[in-house]
Amino acid sequence: MNSAFFGITLSLAGYWIGVWCNKKFRSPVFNPLLIGILLVILVLIVGKIDYSVYEIGGSYINFLLTPATICFALPLYRQINLLREHAMAIMAGVISGVVASAISILGLAAAFSFSHEEYVTFLPKSITTAIGMGVSEELGGIVTITVAAIVLTGIIGNMAGEAVMKLVKIKNPIAKGVALGTSAHAMGTAKAFNMGEIEGAMSSLSLVITGLLTVIAANIFAGFY
Amino acid sequence: MKYVKQFMIIMLFSFLGELLHGLLPLPVPASIYGLILLFVALFTGIIKENQIKETADFLVEIMPVLFIPAGVGLMTRWEALKKLLLPLILVITLGTFFTMVVTGKVTDGILKKKGVQNK
Repeated sequence: MNSAFFGITLSLAGYWIGVWCNKKFRSPVFNPLLIGILLVILVLIVGKIDYSVYEIGGSYINFLLTPATICFALPLYRQINLLREHAMAIMAGVISGVVASAISILGLAAAFSFSHEEYVTFLPKSITTAIGMGVSEELGGIVTITVAAIVLTGIIGNMAGEAVMKLVKIKNPIAKGVALGTSAHAMGTAKAFNMGEIEGAMSSLSLVITGLLTVIAANIFAGFY
Repeated sequence: MKYVKQFMIIMLFSFLGELLHGLLPLPVPASIYGLILLFVALFTGIIKENQIKETADFLVEIMPVLFIPAGVGLMTRWEALKKLLLPLILVITLGTFFTMVVTGKVTDGILKKKGVQNK
């Protein structure tokens, strides 16, 4: 069996069931993205289907990521006035987030007595995969683990973002968007769009700035451990 | 014809993004170049909102589905992951929450100082 439609249908079905569960149970644990991923993995394991069979369809879905990310430009453009008005707050939030991310990895690396290699592997975990892989490679990290860390960060951000914001009583849509985009890249941004267009636009902007600033921050922080 | 044109424009900017990614020696992915280029095109009026609207909104809406293959791909890295599992989960969860809260609080704090109301 080597039809691309198998992997595509399975992914859509998994996500669709995830959305249904999310509506039914109204809890962040029932995150559509997480449920979708787990259901696909379950079907592959139970059905003894090789990952490569799924990947034929998966690669077509992946192909749409670049054009979809580019389309973040539209909501960003629609919210340009808000963006201009609050440029200071957004920039300050993103910069503190980039530094906070690096500090948290530094602290946790020390707590778990990571090797330098493991430390730099996790440094770019909050940014988009394409940039993160490059940073990890340049600093001498384990690129495959970096990719896994980035994807897991995205899943966690997508899952818990809304609940965390509620917990620390952040209600402003701009602050929510900046927080999601800075901490959980495009997967957090997908959630932000779910919450509203302002959240989504702010998250899109933050993910771009965070990606670029993290290249610099990771290079500096790599020397600290 | 509306969708043909919209899809063409989005594909064109994806292509331009990859072109820049190939030409410039910076660690910036094609999608980020494309996003910036499309934003500039919208801002300067070269591209009008209604020339991409429906297709762009559709792609943004289905975004979470596009991440499913990346998540499923983790199963192929299971051997490498399981050795680091506990630190991996703790580092990612704590690190992500910490970053999220600091970012949100700093942004929110400045906005509040400026007297922006929570809408």
